[in-house]
Amino acid sequence: MPDSTVLGLHHEEEHHPELLHHFADAEQQRDASSLGMWVFLATEIMFFGGLFCAYLIYRRWYFGDFAAASKTINMGYGATNTAVLICSSLTVVLAVWAAQTARRTLLIASLVVTMLLGLTFLGIKGIEYREKFVEHHVPGASFSFQNEPIPGHPGQYANPSHAQIFFSLYFVMTGLHALHMIIGLGIFTWLLTMAWKGRFTPEYNTPVEIGGLYWHFVDIVWIYLFPLLYLIDRHP
Amino acid sequence: MYFAVFFALLLGTGLTVFAATLDLGRFNAPVALGIATVKATLVALFFMHVWHASEKLTKMVVVGALFFLLLLLGLTMTDYATRPWS
Repeated sequence: MPDSTVLGLHHEEEHHPELLHHFADAEQQRDASSLGMWVFLATEIMFFGGLFCAYLIYRRWYFGDFAAASKTINMGYGATNTAVLICSSLTVVLAVWAAQTARRTLLIASLVVTMLLGLTFLGIKGIEYREKFVEHHVPGASFSFQNEPIPGHPGQYANPSHAQIFFSLYFVMTGLHALHMIIGLGIFTWLLTMAWKGRFTPEYNTPVEIGGLYWHFVDIVWIYLFPLLYLIDRHP
Repeated sequence: MYFAVFFALLLGTGLTVFAATLDLGRFNAPVALGIATVKATLVALFFMHVWHASEKLTKMVVVGALFFLLLLLGLTMTDYATRPWS
């Protein structure tokens, strides 16, 4: 006779519809998701790590040229964007907390504010990129970096081809970071529709938490990019 | 708690901008990276809930990722930073 008790188990036992059958309970499922996300973030750390390594090598070789090039980027934009991202990280933790405590209005508001702050970041980034294009500081055929003094060395000027390496790293690193922001905005759009439909409850809110982890990671990358790219040598 | 971390992060940002305008000689970079690391640690521990993670494996993955990042940067620098001829 077939083991009807085993076959019927899933129907007899009451469980949350979001709990997948191969997990013992909701907590184990959440821990597994969170662990999976952290493993992904570990690969992201190595992904950005390669760029940081390249940056480190060239910065040591061409420190004066890097300092001169860094000085031409608008520090105010960078600092503002840092503050914008920190504010967005706060609204993300508020969203996670709201999802865990069944505060739907706060959850939706936090997600919307997070996305607005993300868009603000990208807007400021766009203005900054535009300035670089106008100044011909974008690597390529029209790149020009003449007579830019090296800070701390009066009468010495930066080597344009070395400065071009700085701007290449600047555009790749901030560009890759901006791409992550855009992907983050996509994830948050999805979270927002789920939240709007009322899918998140105190028992099931893992997507908000996982999306939050991604957003915070992107924030951490910027926390390092800001001083490394904008603040190499700023003292008068 | 979240707000305390938030204000600490804003304070760190202000501090790093201020420190960049000072001439600290060779200590400018370590100070900037030190502040950034404190800020990143605050975000990871409290905003990303590593401090209260119920799963020890999560903490292990975080430490492991940082270990391999330091291996990448550290071992590279043992070469590039110790070439007296270049």
